[in-house]
Amino acid sequence: MQQIINFIVRYKTTLLYLFFMILAISFTVQSRSYHRSRVFNSANYITGSIYEKSSNISSYFNLSSENQKLLEENQRLRRALANHPDIDTILQDTSQLKYTITTAQIIKNSYALPNNYLTLNKGSKAGLKQDMGVISPEGVLGIVEHTTANFATVQSILNAKSTINAKIKNTSYFGSLTWDGKNYNVVQLEDIPRLVNLTIGDTIVTGAMSSIFPEDIPIGTIQKFDLNQSKSFYSIDVALFNDMTNLRNVYVILNTDGPEIRELEAKIDDEQ
Amino acid sequence: MNALRFLLLVAAQVLVFNKLNFFGFINPMVYILFLYWYPIKENRSAFISISFLLGLIIDIFSDTMALHAASSVTIAYLRPAIMRFVFGVNFEFQSFKLSNTTRIQQITFLALLIITHHLLFFTLEIFSFSNLLLILKKVVFTGAATLVVCLLFRTLFSVRKE
Repeated sequence: MQQIINFIVRYKTTLLYLFFMILAISFTVQSRSYHRSRVFNSANYITGSIYEKSSNISSYFNLSSENQKLLEENQRLRRALANHPDIDTILQDTSQLKYTITTAQIIKNSYALPNNYLTLNKGSKAGLKQDMGVISPEGVLGIVEHTTANFATVQSILNAKSTINAKIKNTSYFGSLTWDGKNYNVVQLEDIPRLVNLTIGDTIVTGAMSSIFPEDIPIGTIQKFDLNQSKSFYSIDVALFNDMTNLRNVYVILNTDGPEIRELEAKIDDEQ
Repeated sequence: MNALRFLLLVAAQVLVFNKLNFFGFINPMVYILFLYWYPIKENRSAFISISFLLGLIIDIFSDTMALHAASSVTIAYLRPAIMRFVFGVNFEFQSFKLSNTTRIQQITFLALLIITHHLLFFTLEIFSFSNLLLILKKVVFTGAATLVVCLLFRTLFSVRKE
Protein backbone atom coordinates (compact mmCIF):
# COMPACT_ATOMS: atom_id res chain seq x y z
CA MET A 1 0.00 0.00 0.00
CA GLN A 2 2.76 2.36 1.04
CA GLN A 3 4.54 1.62 -2.20
CA ILE A 4 1.49 2.31 -4.31
CA ILE A 5 1.02 5.69 -2.62
CA ASN A 6 4.70 6.46 -3.09
CA PHE A 7 4.43 5.54 -6.73
CA ILE A 8 1.42 7.80 -7.24
CA VAL A 9 3.06 10.72 -5.44
CA ARG A 10 6.26 10.30 -7.36
CA TYR A 11 4.70 10.10 -10.80
CA LYS A 12 1.72 12.33 -10.19
CA THR A 13 2.44 14.71 -13.07
CA THR A 14 2.96 11.84 -15.50
CA LEU A 15 -0.23 10.16 -14.32
CA LEU A 16 -2.12 13.44 -14.57
CA TYR A 17 -0.80 13.92 -18.08
CA LEU A 18 -1.75 10.40 -19.13
CA PHE A 19 -5.21 10.89 -17.65
CA PHE A 20 -5.80 14.09 -19.65
CA MET A 21 -4.32 12.58 -22.79
CA ILE A 22 -6.54 9.50 -22.64
CA LEU A 23 -9.52 11.74 -21.97
CA ALA A 24 -8.71 13.92 -24.98
CA ILE A 25 -8.09 11.01 -27.31
CA SER A 26 -11.28 9.25 -26.28
CA PHE A 27 -13.29 12.41 -27.00
CA THR A 28 -11.62 12.58 -30.38
CA VAL A 29 -12.06 8.94 -31.34
CA GLN A 30 -15.64 8.53 -30.20
CA SER A 31 -16.78 11.50 -32.26
CA ARG A 32 -15.39 10.02 -35.47
CA SER A 33 -18.39 7.78 -35.95
CA TYR A 34 -21.27 9.58 -37.56
CA HIS A 35 -24.28 9.48 -35.32
CA ARG A 36 -22.49 9.78 -32.01
CA SER A 37 -22.97 13.45 -31.38
CA ARG A 38 -19.88 15.15 -30.21
CA VAL A 39 -19.77 15.91 -26.51
CA PHE A 40 -18.26 19.31 -27.13
CA ASN A 41 -19.45 21.48 -29.97
CA SER A 42 -19.86 25.14 -30.67
CA ALA A 43 -23.67 25.04 -30.53
CA ASN A 44 -23.74 25.80 -26.82
CA TYR A 45 -24.95 28.97 -25.16
CA ILE A 46 -21.58 30.59 -24.48
CA THR A 47 -19.70 29.96 -27.72
CA GLY A 48 -22.90 30.51 -29.71
CA SER A 49 -23.53 33.96 -28.32
CA ILE A 50 -19.89 34.99 -28.69
CA TYR A 51 -19.87 33.89 -32.32
CA GLU A 52 -23.20 35.59 -32.94
CA LYS A 53 -21.90 38.92 -31.61
CA SER A 54 -18.71 38.68 -33.62
CA SER A 55 -20.58 37.69 -36.76
CA ASN A 56 -23.06 40.55 -36.34
CA ILE A 57 -20.13 42.91 -36.65
CA SER A 58 -18.23 41.18 -39.43
CA SER A 59 -21.34 40.59 -41.57
CA TYR A 60 -21.48 44.28 -42.43
CA PHE A 61 -18.39 43.92 -44.55
CA ASN A 62 -20.06 41.44 -46.89
CA LEU A 63 -23.49 42.99 -47.07
CA SER A 64 -23.34 44.07 -50.70
CA SER A 65 -22.03 40.77 -52.06
CA GLU A 66 -24.54 38.89 -49.92
CA ASN A 67 -27.36 41.07 -51.27
CA GLN A 68 -26.15 40.43 -54.78
CA LYS A 69 -26.31 36.66 -54.22
CA LEU A 70 -29.83 36.84 -52.87
CA LEU A 71 -30.94 39.08 -55.72
CA GLU A 72 -29.59 36.63 -58.26
CA GLU A 73 -31.42 33.82 -56.56
CA ASN A 74 -34.64 35.83 -56.50
CA GLN A 75 -34.21 36.52 -60.18
CA ARG A 76 -33.85 32.81 -60.87
CA LEU A 77 -36.92 31.97 -58.83
CA ARG A 78 -38.95 34.83 -60.36
CA ARG A 79 -38.09 33.57 -63.81
CA ALA A 80 -39.15 30.04 -62.93
CA LEU A 81 -42.38 31.35 -61.45
CA ALA A 82 -43.19 33.65 -64.35
CA ASN A 83 -42.78 30.80 -66.81
CA HIS A 84 -45.15 28.58 -64.87
CA PRO A 85 -48.28 30.70 -64.52
CA ASP A 86 -50.36 27.58 -63.89
CA ILE A 87 -49.16 27.21 -60.29
CA ASP A 88 -52.35 27.43 -58.32
CA THR A 89 -52.92 28.46 -54.74
CA ILE A 90 -54.22 24.96 -54.05
CA LEU A 91 -50.72 23.63 -54.61
CA GLN A 92 -49.45 25.98 -51.93
CA ASP A 93 -51.42 24.35 -49.14
CA THR A 94 -48.79 24.11 -46.41
CA SER A 95 -50.16 20.91 -44.91
CA GLN A 96 -49.42 19.05 -48.14
CA LEU A 97 -45.86 20.20 -48.62
CA LYS A 98 -43.19 17.57 -48.56
CA TYR A 99 -40.42 20.00 -47.67
CA THR A 100 -40.47 22.91 -45.26
CA ILE A 101 -37.77 25.54 -45.40
CA THR A 102 -36.38 27.77 -42.65
CA THR A 103 -33.83 30.52 -43.09
CA ALA A 104 -30.76 30.86 -40.89
CA GLN A 105 -27.43 32.59 -40.85
CA ILE A 106 -23.99 31.13 -40.48
CA ILE A 107 -22.17 32.56 -37.49
CA LYS A 108 -19.08 30.38 -37.69
CA ASN A 109 -17.53 28.78 -40.73
CA SER A 110 -14.38 26.73 -41.18
CA TYR A 111 -12.92 25.03 -44.22
CA ALA A 112 -9.25 24.42 -43.40
CA LEU A 113 -9.74 21.30 -41.25
CA PRO A 114 -10.40 17.72 -42.42
CA ASN A 115 -13.68 17.78 -40.47
CA ASN A 116 -15.38 21.12 -40.89
CA TYR A 117 -18.47 22.30 -39.07
CA LEU A 118 -20.61 25.39 -39.48
CA THR A 119 -22.59 27.00 -36.68
CA LEU A 120 -26.03 28.49 -37.34
CA ASN A 121 -27.83 31.17 -35.36
CA LYS A 122 -31.03 29.13 -35.03
CA GLY A 123 -31.74 25.99 -33.05
CA SER A 124 -34.50 23.73 -31.85
CA LYS A 125 -36.66 26.77 -30.93
CA ALA A 126 -36.90 27.55 -34.65
CA GLY A 127 -37.67 23.93 -35.45
CA LEU A 128 -34.21 22.75 -36.42
CA LYS A 129 -33.48 19.09 -35.81
CA GLN A 130 -30.73 16.61 -36.51
CA ASP A 131 -30.53 15.37 -40.14
CA MET A 132 -32.08 18.42 -41.77
CA GLY A 133 -30.39 19.55 -44.98
CA VAL A 134 -28.67 22.93 -45.26
CA ILE A 135 -28.29 24.71 -48.60
CA SER A 136 -27.16 28.14 -49.69
CA PRO A 137 -28.57 30.12 -52.64
CA GLU A 138 -25.92 28.43 -54.80
CA GLY A 139 -25.93 24.84 -53.68
CA VAL A 140 -25.66 22.17 -51.02
CA LEU A 141 -23.81 22.99 -47.79
CA GLY A 142 -24.29 20.18 -45.30
CA ILE A 143 -26.48 18.42 -42.76
CA VAL A 144 -27.54 19.57 -39.29
CA GLU A 145 -25.74 17.46 -36.73
CA HIS A 146 -26.48 18.92 -33.34
CA THR A 147 -28.93 21.51 -32.03
CA THR A 148 -29.43 23.43 -28.81
CA ALA A 149 -32.24 25.87 -28.05
CA ASN A 150 -30.76 28.75 -30.06
CA PHE A 151 -27.92 27.32 -32.13
CA ALA A 152 -27.10 24.40 -34.38
CA THR A 153 -23.92 22.85 -35.77
CA VAL A 154 -23.88 21.67 -39.35
CA GLN A 155 -21.64 18.95 -40.70
CA SER A 156 -20.23 20.68 -43.75
CA ILE A 157 -19.98 19.03 -47.15
CA LEU A 158 -16.25 19.58 -46.48
CA ASN A 159 -16.12 16.92 -43.80
CA ALA A 160 -14.44 13.54 -44.07
CA LYS A 161 -17.50 11.98 -42.41
CA SER A 162 -19.98 13.49 -44.84
CA THR A 163 -21.63 11.34 -47.51
CA ILE A 164 -24.40 12.85 -49.61
CA ASN A 165 -26.36 11.12 -52.35
CA ALA A 166 -25.67 12.86 -55.65
CA LYS A 167 -26.30 12.21 -59.32
CA ILE A 168 -25.49 13.54 -62.75
CA LYS A 169 -28.11 16.02 -63.84
CA ASN A 170 -30.87 14.71 -66.13
CA THR A 171 -29.82 11.08 -65.62
CA SER A 172 -30.52 8.72 -62.80
CA TYR A 173 -26.97 7.52 -62.24
CA PHE A 174 -26.17 8.27 -58.63
CA GLY A 175 -23.16 7.99 -56.38
CA SER A 176 -22.05 9.30 -53.03
CA LEU A 177 -20.34 12.58 -52.48
CA THR A 178 -17.33 12.60 -50.14
CA TRP A 179 -14.40 14.89 -49.44
CA ASP A 180 -10.71 13.96 -49.37
CA GLY A 181 -9.72 16.96 -47.24
CA LYS A 182 -7.38 18.52 -49.75
CA ASN A 183 -9.03 21.39 -51.58
CA TYR A 184 -12.00 23.33 -50.24
CA ASN A 185 -13.35 23.94 -53.73
CA VAL A 186 -13.37 20.32 -54.83
CA VAL A 187 -15.33 17.32 -53.53
CA GLN A 188 -15.32 13.73 -54.80
CA LEU A 189 -18.17 11.76 -56.32
CA GLU A 190 -17.72 7.98 -56.11
CA ASP A 191 -19.57 4.93 -57.45
CA ILE A 192 -20.74 6.27 -60.82
CA PRO A 193 -20.61 3.17 -63.07
CA ARG A 194 -18.21 2.99 -65.98
CA LEU A 195 -20.86 2.80 -68.69
CA VAL A 196 -21.99 6.38 -68.12
CA ASN A 197 -20.76 8.93 -70.63
CA LEU A 198 -19.19 11.79 -68.74
CA THR A 199 -18.00 15.15 -70.00
CA ILE A 200 -16.00 17.73 -68.10
CA GLY A 201 -18.41 20.47 -67.07
CA ASP A 202 -21.43 18.21 -66.48
CA THR A 203 -23.58 19.39 -63.61
CA ILE A 204 -23.88 17.31 -60.45
CA VAL A 205 -27.05 17.66 -58.38
CA THR A 206 -28.47 15.94 -55.29
CA GLY A 207 -30.01 12.55 -55.97
CA ALA A 208 -33.46 11.16 -55.36
CA MET A 209 -32.16 8.57 -52.90
CA SER A 210 -31.54 11.18 -50.24
CA SER A 211 -33.99 11.35 -47.36
CA ILE A 212 -32.53 14.74 -46.48
CA PHE A 213 -32.33 16.91 -49.60
CA PRO A 214 -34.93 17.41 -52.32
CA GLU A 215 -33.84 16.11 -55.70
CA ASP A 216 -31.96 18.37 -58.15
CA ILE A 217 -30.36 20.84 -55.74
CA PRO A 218 -27.19 21.96 -57.54
CA ILE A 219 -23.80 20.89 -56.14
CA GLY A 220 -21.12 21.57 -58.73
CA THR A 221 -19.63 20.66 -62.08
CA ILE A 222 -17.30 17.83 -63.10
CA GLN A 223 -13.72 19.03 -63.06
CA LYS A 224 -11.87 15.78 -63.66
CA PHE A 225 -12.72 12.10 -63.81
CA ASP A 226 -10.79 8.83 -63.69
CA LEU A 227 -11.63 5.18 -63.42
CA ASN A 228 -10.92 3.91 -59.93
CA GLN A 229 -8.64 0.98 -59.07
CA SER A 230 -11.20 -1.72 -59.81
CA LYS A 231 -11.78 -0.07 -63.25
CA SER A 232 -15.52 -0.42 -62.95
CA PHE A 233 -16.46 2.88 -61.33
CA TYR A 234 -15.45 6.46 -61.87
CA SER A 235 -13.99 8.68 -59.21
CA ILE A 236 -14.96 12.20 -60.14
CA ASP A 237 -13.68 15.54 -58.87
CA VAL A 238 -16.53 18.02 -58.56
CA ALA A 239 -15.89 21.77 -58.45
CA LEU A 240 -18.44 23.27 -56.08
CA PHE A 241 -20.83 26.06 -57.07
CA ASN A 242 -20.63 27.37 -53.51
CA ASP A 243 -17.76 29.54 -52.45
CA MET A 244 -17.26 27.78 -49.13
CA THR A 245 -15.11 30.63 -47.83
CA ASN A 246 -17.81 33.26 -48.07
CA LEU A 247 -21.16 32.14 -46.74
CA ARG A 248 -23.82 33.91 -44.75
CA ASN A 249 -27.48 33.23 -45.52
CA VAL A 250 -28.62 29.62 -45.72
CA TYR A 251 -31.84 27.63 -45.92
CA VAL A 252 -32.54 24.67 -43.69
CA ILE A 253 -34.74 22.02 -45.33
CA LEU A 254 -36.94 19.56 -43.51
CA ASN A 255 -38.15 16.56 -45.44
CA THR A 256 -41.37 15.71 -43.63
CA ASP A 257 -41.08 12.10 -44.80
CA GLY A 258 -37.43 11.91 -43.75
CA PRO A 259 -37.85 10.37 -40.29
CA GLU A 260 -40.18 7.68 -41.67
CA ILE A 261 -37.75 6.77 -44.45
CA ARG A 262 -34.83 6.59 -42.06
CA GLU A 263 -36.82 4.47 -39.63
CA LEU A 264 -37.52 1.97 -42.41
CA GLU A 265 -33.88 1.96 -43.46
CA ALA A 266 -32.74 1.43 -39.88
CA LYS A 267 -35.06 -1.60 -39.69
CA ILE A 268 -33.31 -3.15 -42.69
CA ASP A 269 -29.92 -2.51 -41.11
CA ASP A 270 -31.07 -4.19 -37.92
CA GLU A 271 -32.29 -7.26 -39.74
CA GLN A 272 -29.06 -7.79 -41.59
CA MET B 1 -2.13 38.33 -14.99
CA ASN B 2 -2.20 34.71 -16.15
CA ALA B 3 -5.99 34.66 -16.13
CA LEU B 4 -6.15 37.80 -18.24
CA ARG B 5 -3.59 36.40 -20.66
CA PHE B 6 -5.61 33.17 -20.87
CA LEU B 7 -8.80 35.01 -21.82
CA LEU B 8 -7.13 37.35 -24.29
CA LEU B 9 -5.29 34.54 -26.05
CA VAL B 10 -8.49 32.46 -26.33
CA ALA B 11 -10.32 35.47 -27.74
CA ALA B 12 -7.52 36.25 -30.20
CA GLN B 13 -7.38 32.61 -31.29
CA VAL B 14 -11.08 31.99 -31.89
CA LEU B 15 -12.16 35.42 -33.10
CA VAL B 16 -9.18 36.37 -35.23
CA PHE B 17 -6.66 33.65 -35.97
CA ASN B 18 -9.11 30.80 -36.58
CA LYS B 19 -10.66 32.87 -39.36
CA LEU B 20 -7.43 33.83 -41.02
CA ASN B 21 -7.22 30.86 -43.43
CA PHE B 22 -4.11 32.21 -45.05
CA PHE B 23 -3.58 30.41 -48.42
CA GLY B 24 -6.76 28.52 -47.59
CA PHE B 25 -5.39 26.43 -44.75
CA ILE B 26 -2.94 28.31 -42.51
CA ASN B 27 -4.40 29.30 -39.15
CA PRO B 28 -1.63 30.27 -36.70
CA MET B 29 -2.18 28.94 -33.18
CA VAL B 30 -1.19 31.89 -31.02
CA TYR B 31 -2.48 30.41 -27.78
CA ILE B 32 0.78 28.42 -27.53
CA LEU B 33 2.25 31.67 -26.19
CA PHE B 34 0.36 31.00 -22.97
CA LEU B 35 2.51 27.93 -22.41
CA TYR B 36 5.61 29.89 -23.38
CA TRP B 37 4.92 32.71 -20.94
CA TYR B 38 3.57 30.64 -18.04
CA PRO B 39 5.79 31.04 -14.94
CA ILE B 40 8.36 28.28 -14.56
CA LYS B 41 8.25 27.97 -10.78
CA GLU B 42 4.53 27.25 -10.56
CA ASN B 43 3.05 23.88 -9.63
CA ARG B 44 3.36 21.49 -12.57
CA SER B 45 0.04 19.71 -12.00
CA ALA B 46 -1.78 23.03 -12.08
CA PHE B 47 0.05 23.97 -15.26
CA ILE B 48 -0.92 20.72 -16.99
CA SER B 49 -4.55 21.09 -15.93
CA ILE B 50 -4.74 24.71 -17.09
CA SER B 51 -3.20 23.79 -20.44
CA PHE B 52 -5.75 21.05 -20.92
CA LEU B 53 -8.53 23.50 -20.14
CA LEU B 54 -7.09 26.07 -22.54
CA GLY B 55 -6.96 23.51 -25.35
CA LEU B 56 -10.44 22.22 -24.60
CA ILE B 57 -11.99 25.70 -24.67
CA ILE B 58 -10.43 26.34 -28.07
CA ASP B 59 -11.68 22.92 -29.21
CA ILE B 60 -15.24 23.74 -28.21
CA PHE B 61 -15.08 26.99 -30.14
CA SER B 62 -13.58 25.49 -33.27
CA ASP B 63 -15.43 22.12 -33.29
CA THR B 64 -12.17 20.16 -33.37
CA MET B 65 -13.19 17.46 -30.86
CA ALA B 66 -10.26 17.44 -28.38
CA LEU B 67 -7.30 17.94 -30.69
CA HIS B 68 -6.10 21.23 -29.23
CA ALA B 69 -6.52 19.83 -25.72
CA ALA B 70 -4.41 16.76 -26.48
CA SER B 71 -1.59 18.72 -28.11
CA SER B 72 -1.45 21.54 -25.57
CA VAL B 73 -1.48 19.17 -22.59
CA THR B 74 1.40 17.29 -24.23
CA ILE B 75 3.61 20.34 -24.64
CA ALA B 76 2.73 21.40 -21.09
CA TYR B 77 3.98 18.02 -19.89
CA LEU B 78 7.10 18.13 -22.08
CA ARG B 79 7.97 21.75 -21.33
CA PRO B 80 10.54 21.05 -18.57
CA ALA B 81 12.33 18.58 -20.86
CA ILE B 82 12.37 21.09 -23.71
CA MET B 83 13.68 23.79 -21.37
CA ARG B 84 16.44 21.53 -20.08
CA PHE B 85 17.41 20.87 -23.69
CA VAL B 86 17.45 24.55 -24.65
CA PHE B 87 18.72 26.32 -21.52
CA GLY B 88 20.82 23.56 -19.95
CA VAL B 89 20.46 22.61 -16.29
CA ASN B 90 20.52 26.18 -15.00
CA PHE B 91 16.81 26.73 -15.63
CA GLU B 92 16.17 24.83 -12.41
CA PHE B 93 17.87 27.51 -10.28
CA GLN B 94 15.78 30.03 -8.39
CA SER B 95 17.35 32.98 -10.15
CA PHE B 96 16.49 31.78 -13.67
CA LYS B 97 14.42 34.16 -15.76
CA LEU B 98 13.30 33.73 -19.34
CA SER B 99 14.21 37.36 -20.07
CA ASN B 100 17.82 36.77 -19.00
CA THR B 101 18.48 34.19 -21.70
CA THR B 102 19.68 34.97 -25.20
CA ARG B 103 17.23 35.68 -27.95
CA ILE B 104 18.33 32.59 -29.89
CA GLN B 105 17.53 30.40 -26.89
CA GLN B 106 14.09 31.95 -26.48
CA ILE B 107 13.25 31.48 -30.15
CA THR B 108 14.48 27.87 -30.10
CA PHE B 109 12.35 27.19 -27.04
CA LEU B 110 9.27 28.68 -28.70
CA ALA B 111 9.95 26.87 -31.97
CA LEU B 112 10.30 23.51 -30.23
CA LEU B 113 7.01 24.02 -28.39
CA ILE B 114 5.31 24.89 -31.69
CA ILE B 115 6.78 21.97 -33.65
CA THR B 116 5.85 19.41 -30.98
CA HIS B 117 2.37 20.85 -30.72
CA HIS B 118 1.72 20.99 -34.46
CA LEU B 119 3.12 17.51 -35.14
CA LEU B 120 0.75 15.97 -32.63
CA PHE B 121 -2.16 18.20 -33.64
CA PHE B 122 -2.07 17.44 -37.36
CA THR B 123 -1.29 13.75 -36.87
CA LEU B 124 -4.34 13.35 -34.66
CA GLU B 125 -6.40 15.55 -36.96
CA ILE B 126 -5.72 13.57 -40.11
CA PHE B 127 -5.44 10.29 -38.23
CA SER B 128 -3.83 8.24 -40.97
CA PHE B 129 -0.18 7.94 -41.80
CA SER B 130 -0.94 7.41 -45.48
CA ASN B 131 -1.20 11.18 -45.65
CA LEU B 132 2.24 11.75 -44.15
CA LEU B 133 3.08 14.33 -46.78
CA LEU B 134 -0.07 16.31 -46.06
CA ILE B 135 0.70 16.20 -42.32
CA LEU B 136 4.25 17.46 -42.91
CA LYS B 137 3.07 20.20 -45.23
CA LYS B 138 0.57 21.44 -42.67
CA VAL B 139 3.13 21.23 -39.84
CA VAL B 140 5.75 23.18 -41.76
CA PHE B 141 3.53 25.95 -43.11
CA THR B 142 1.26 26.41 -40.11
CA GLY B 143 4.27 26.07 -37.80
CA ALA B 144 6.16 28.82 -39.62
CA ALA B 145 3.12 31.10 -39.52
CA THR B 146 2.56 30.39 -35.82
CA LEU B 147 6.21 31.13 -35.07
CA VAL B 148 6.15 34.45 -36.91
CA VAL B 149 2.93 35.61 -35.27
CA CYS B 150 4.09 34.46 -31.83
CA LEU B 151 7.40 36.31 -32.22
CA LEU B 152 5.52 39.46 -33.19
CA PHE B 153 3.24 39.10 -30.16
CA ARG B 154 6.22 38.43 -27.93
CA THR B 155 7.96 41.61 -29.10
CA LEU B 156 4.75 43.60 -28.83
CA PHE B 157 3.98 42.59 -25.25
CA SER B 158 7.49 42.14 -23.87
CA VAL B 159 8.37 43.72 -20.54
CA ARG B 160 11.08 46.23 -21.25
CA LYS B 161 14.43 45.45 -19.69
CA GLU B 162 15.54 48.24 -17.37
